[in-house]
Amino acid sequence: MLTFVVRRLLLAVPVLLGVVFVVMLTIDLLPGDAVTLMLGEHATKDAVAALRAHLGLDKPFLVRYVDYVGRVARGDLGRSIQQNRPVAAELADAWPATLELTAAALLLAAAAGIGAGVLSAVRPNSAFDGVARVASLFGLSMPIFWTGLVLIVVFSLWLNWLPVGGAGSPAHLVLPAVTLALPSVAMIARMTRSAVLDVLREDYVRTARAKGVGEWWVLLKHALRNAFIPIITLLGLQSGQLMGGAVLTETVFAWPGLGRLMVKAIFARDYVLLQGAVLVFALAFVVVNLLVDLSYGVLDPRVARQG
Amino acid sequence: MTDAWSRFRRNRLAVVGLALVLVLALTAGLAPWLAPYDPARQSLVEKRARPGAKYLLGADEFGRDILSRVIYGSRVALLVGVLSVTIAVVGGVLLGTAAGFTGGWLDAGLMRGVEILLAFPYLLLAIAIVAMLGPGALNTTLAVGIWGVPAVTRIVRGSVLALRETEYVGAARALGAPALAVLRRHILPNIVPGLVVYATLFMANAILLEAALSFLGLGVQPPTASWGLMVSTGRDVLLVAPHVATVPGLAIMVAVLAFNLVGDGLRDALDPRLRGGA
Repeated sequence: MLTFVVRRLLLAVPVLLGVVFVVMLTIDLLPGDAVTLMLGEHATKDAVAALRAHLGLDKPFLVRYVDYVGRVARGDLGRSIQQNRPVAAELADAWPATLELTAAALLLAAAAGIGAGVLSAVRPNSAFDGVARVASLFGLSMPIFWTGLVLIVVFSLWLNWLPVGGAGSPAHLVLPAVTLALPSVAMIARMTRSAVLDVLREDYVRTARAKGVGEWWVLLKHALRNAFIPIITLLGLQSGQLMGGAVLTETVFAWPGLGRLMVKAIFARDYVLLQGAVLVFALAFVVVNLLVDLSYGVLDPRVARQG
Repeated sequence: MTDAWSRFRRNRLAVVGLALVLVLALTAGLAPWLAPYDPARQSLVEKRARPGAKYLLGADEFGRDILSRVIYGSRVALLVGVLSVTIAVVGGVLLGTAAGFTGGWLDAGLMRGVEILLAFPYLLLAIAIVAMLGPGALNTTLAVGIWGVPAVTRIVRGSVLALRETEYVGAARALGAPALAVLRRHILPNIVPGLVVYATLFMANAILLEAALSFLGLGVQPPTASWGLMVSTGRDVLLVAPHVATVPGLAIMVAVLAFNLVGDGLRDALDPRLRGGA
């Protein structure tokens, strides 16, 4: 088990190095220049050159890449260009809000999606199954930023139940979390339905039923336990979708998280901050998928033994 | 193929989806004749007009007719969608067959790159690309297309690897057929059905992604009528005139739903083994 964890952690290193490389290259090729943006269009050539040298932008790309990776390894993410604060501090301010939002959405999506999927699979082609399948197609087709606005109109403007945006109380979390969760609920429901349907066709389920095991016990002990492997895999992938969706949700609800910080950084051409934000997202995604891989071992002893 | 069509036809949801796609295509093609007003015509005294007899779906912040803009917006959505799907499929087929058919270091290198790109949360990769290229309709198309390349590459490579091991490909090679002929005649035709399904579902995602990028202000720029951009401008007046933001969003949902329905139907029709699956 320990070798499994260590090997997976080592495998994450080239992925993160690659992510940093792609992001830095992307930013390097940006048409807008942070320096011109900071000093204005009429800055003297000397002033521009001095600031470029100060920020290290005059060095070749690969030198800067190695430099940056070295500093990140020591925990130094640089200073944001706009605010002139340590990027680490800006990210530290923003990430708890994003974690809160995505974690709430993931829990919601898992609970609703698995629940609906199991109910659909137990009674395939029933009225519930039909409604759930059509509803999940709608869920997959709704643009998340629009869902958020519609929820604001209904629950904040018409019913006056929940705040329009911002953060601070559990009431503020409800609409953003539901908005972010909806497409994932749909994905998870579809996947759970087919996974449980597949398992229910297995011989061991027939054997269990033939032994006279109760239907609920068959479902819990035999079907769900085995269907959980594909479902957990999907949950890991969905966490990536949730992080992408968080950028939109945070923009719609003025939620003070990493996504909004990232969009702000793009418009301000604050590449240092942008690099840091993307790195945090990538790291979070790697960690979530590591947890997913570890959970296979818990759910299926065969995986752990192969280690 | 006729089997597949008859299976598709029996799937009511898929037929509804196909009908919606046709309506969308007609709307985009006939936009100048269908739209009651010029989509750019402003009428400041009628700004934020509620839906009514003159403006069926109301007017936006600048007094522009929302119905006309939704109709013209279908052109942007479909054009960006079709072109980006083309980029993703062409790029993915080239890289995927190269990786799967040649193998070795090329395969290993390409697939590491693909894994790194797929490790990005989806919207973040598209945002990174569009941040690099700068906003605008053409760059949005490129960003959405490039965003799709890694996934297509992986699918194509997987199919090519599987087909390379089949007996008929082995037989063709044993008979001395050149590699490229085997690829063209025996391998590529067999990955087409799977690719058609994927491209249809990708079209739905491409429309969503274009809308999302335009909503963030990174995609199609004003005054072009893009649905995502329309939702974004409507957001500022959401609390006084909710229809300005919500109506164009409905158009996005219908378009995406249409392609999702057709994609699902095609998958069930082309691969009967998956019927009743996800």
